[in-house]
Amino acid sequence: INHIVHNGGLYKRPFNEAFEETPMLVAVLTYVGYGVLTLFGYLRDFMRQWKIEKCQNATEREEQKDFVPLYQDFENFYNRNLYMRIRDSWNRPICSVPGAKVDMMERVSHDYNWTFTYTGRVIKDIINMGSYNYLGFAQKTGACQEAAAKVLSQYGAGVCSTRQEMGNLDKHEELEKLVARFLGVESAMAYGMGFATNSMNIPALVGKGCLILSDELNHASLVLGARLSGATIRIFKHNNMQSLEKLLKDAIVHGQPRTRRPWKKILILVEGIYSMEGSIVRLPEVIALKKKYKSYLYLDEAHSIGALGPTGRGVVEYFGLNPEDVDVMMGTFTKSFGAAGGYIGGKKELIDYLRTYSHSAVYATSMSPPVVEQIITSVKCIMGEDGTTVGRARVQQLAENTRYFRRRLKEMGFIIYGNEDSPVVPLMLYMPAKIGAFGREMLKRNIGVVVVGFPATPIIESRARFCLSAAHTKEMLDTALKEINEVGDLLQLKYSRRRLVPLLDRPFDETTYEETED
Amino acid sequence: QEKEELIEEWQPEPLVPPVPKDHPALNYNIVSGPPTHIITVNGKECINFASFNFLGLLNNEKVKSAAQSSLKKYGVGTCGPRGFYGTFDVHLELEERLAKFMRTEEAIIYSYGFATIASAIPAYSKRGDIVFVDEAACFAIQKGLQASRSNIKLFKHNDMADLERLLKEQETEDQKNPRKARVTRRFIVVEGLYMNTGDTCPLPELIKLKYKYKVRIFLEESLSFGVLGEHGRGITEHFGINIDDIDLISANMENSLASIGGFCCGRSFIIDHQRLSGQGYCFSASLPPLLAAAAIEALNIMEDNPDIFQTLRAKCERIHKALQGISGLKVVGESFSPALHLQLEESCGSRENDVKLLKRVVDYCMNSGIALTQARYLEKEEKCLPPPSIRVVITVEQTEQELDKAASLLKEAAQSVLN
Repeated sequence: INHIVHNGGLYKRPFNEAFEETPMLVAVLTYVGYGVLTLFGYLRDFMRQWKIEKCQNATEREEQKDFVPLYQDFENFYNRNLYMRIRDSWNRPICSVPGAKVDMMERVSHDYNWTFTYTGRVIKDIINMGSYNYLGFAQKTGACQEAAAKVLSQYGAGVCSTRQEMGNLDKHEELEKLVARFLGVESAMAYGMGFATNSMNIPALVGKGCLILSDELNHASLVLGARLSGATIRIFKHNNMQSLEKLLKDAIVHGQPRTRRPWKKILILVEGIYSMEGSIVRLPEVIALKKKYKSYLYLDEAHSIGALGPTGRGVVEYFGLNPEDVDVMMGTFTKSFGAAGGYIGGKKELIDYLRTYSHSAVYATSMSPPVVEQIITSVKCIMGEDGTTVGRARVQQLAENTRYFRRRLKEMGFIIYGNEDSPVVPLMLYMPAKIGAFGREMLKRNIGVVVVGFPATPIIESRARFCLSAAHTKEMLDTALKEINEVGDLLQLKYSRRRLVPLLDRPFDETTYEETED
Repeated sequence: QEKEELIEEWQPEPLVPPVPKDHPALNYNIVSGPPTHIITVNGKECINFASFNFLGLLNNEKVKSAAQSSLKKYGVGTCGPRGFYGTFDVHLELEERLAKFMRTEEAIIYSYGFATIASAIPAYSKRGDIVFVDEAACFAIQKGLQASRSNIKLFKHNDMADLERLLKEQETEDQKNPRKARVTRRFIVVEGLYMNTGDTCPLPELIKLKYKYKVRIFLEESLSFGVLGEHGRGITEHFGINIDDIDLISANMENSLASIGGFCCGRSFIIDHQRLSGQGYCFSASLPPLLAAAAIEALNIMEDNPDIFQTLRAKCERIHKALQGISGLKVVGESFSPALHLQLEESCGSRENDVKLLKRVVDYCMNSGIALTQARYLEKEEKCLPPPSIRVVITVEQTEQELDKAASLLKEAAQSVLN
């Protein structure tokens, strides 16, 4: 069902998000599939235990056999019996720049994926629909690469010290000023790893006696940061504003659970684009709620910075909002900027506080200089400050690619999750056997896709995820679409029975998103 | 209505408390240019005694050219985690080389040094397991332990008797509840060369305790990798211990290898588990290939010149001796440790004043051409906060004259500031 929401003027443009419900027959068949696999898993474990079948995974040392076992047998059941069968869809080694087309090292397995050998051959020019290369800055030639090469020869590759000791280079200061300008905030700070940005700064901002309201489908780094902080965590349903408002009301009215004392602070953790669902956060409503209930907002724009908005400034620009309304704007440089690391932007007091008390500033090595230079050049390119319109063109190309690709896939009859404008496109597969089959069939046709299953997604909702890039030309997309169509027919993936019903000004029901009208 | 009133009245704290402008950690030193042997700090040229560039590989031409060719081939970023087209052949090569160098079965690379041990510990130790850790363990280990939600038992720094006492206590607990004991995993986490105190752990005794009480050992070798041992293989080579006796060795590549990132090595049985359950490995982008190529080249240099380790150790001994007898400052650290601390012999009462006093010493040295830094800690978050100190780092590139100059300058500074 398509929700086209014009919620009291908060949204300046239609917000088109859809999560079609799993067809009943498909759900049943998926459970049956998992059941069969589990039965076979038990059978194989039994045969391995009784030495009828050779046990091929690594084992404990002889001298340590009487130590407490390191892994529970059951923990690894899924790993041994289900994951091993389709393991070749992941960890595929590549040997070229991860751009729109990529070269992959061919690997074969003679013992059903327990070990791999490299044949030495390289499969060339695979269309890359798996790398997070939204604006196409993963290049081995061009202005960014030349600038990075110059800085590498001048500064070297490493830094060997932390930010607070001797690791704060002039390059870092330059980067931070530029990022602050790009985002439209007062000041910013950059860190060496996006995951660590979340897990080391959330504990610095909140502690015991504070409340964290986190979305159901938040990334592992946000969950880890929230847990390490020691604050109380409450989870609201994915992108569901009623659920969030209820939690906020309850929190302020009732206070802390046992003592009834008021909370010190409330922090809402959301992401710009959720990478497994392809959905975009309902930012105007979140900001309205935040202002009404006096809480703070932490926005993780890992996937949305550079990918949304007419000039690539992220989800805040996409909705036409004021960046100062978001208290903590966090993002990563890995996806749209072709580098590595993360940043946090916000008011000057916030960033000064983080410079003093962030775990990363005190104990972790600062960013490598050529990586910093790559970010500086790519940000300047997106902003148009390098004198060309390349940046602007890329952002527009990405938006066009997204709309085109999504429209075509929906026309073909696949179930696609997520918002119409999000460059992350999940295509539902559901059944465990199709996960492996889809990955392998697409590779045979020279297209590299990413498939995900349990535990990154709920057990019956495994999917293939396409990440579009400004570097994909229309021809590449057409080739990919043709192959996806073929494989879709071969594997019977065209589940969609959707009928378009626009719902105007409908309050979002808390229990389900979906409604079908027959 | 009542609820509306409550919502109106509630005032949260400000998101962050204001930081005073003269907070010692707020104003960073700005380094213009590469942080190599001669470093330009805040506009002044100094000899670098503060960056952990032990083997001087930060400015090495071979390392830089290997990184350049990698940059020309792969660009800068990897645009994905290891599972989704982020595995490059350089990563696989680096893992193989590290495993071969350390003579273990397998190695796994992380893209951030801090995340290495902080992701490795929670992958094995879960709620209900017991970890015995040294008091002076570094912050990354503490965060890893916090993320793992296991029972933490601290033992006094390098005190094997204290550790044995704790192990015996645990044994008596086990006898009361043998069913639970059969599934509770036990670990000891120690560092090869402690960052906070500059001394080594007594590894032979730890191995004996390991087999006696059936605990697994995780060894953190960030400072000792590339420093101790005849070929730089770390503390296991230093003490001549079979590497298979240690369950997991974790190190970061940001010190001796002058790159970014970290690695864990050990038997395949142990390391392979992290490929699916190490959070910093599965959910984070992989290491940029140019940094991996720089690390491979640095490993090549380490393998080709095994005598630099002896040179480094000789320099450490020299300055350790030269710094003895400075009035007011005492040297903390072993004589062969390249990262030592200079602490105040007598504290002036409050930590804040100690920090201010040490800052004056550091400023004196910086103005005269030796770049030093104070060791930085998060005062409220550390479990056992070490006293304020000046960090002195010795690298292979420093000449004997420079070492002597540093020692005499520190003596002068101590005289003028502390007396």
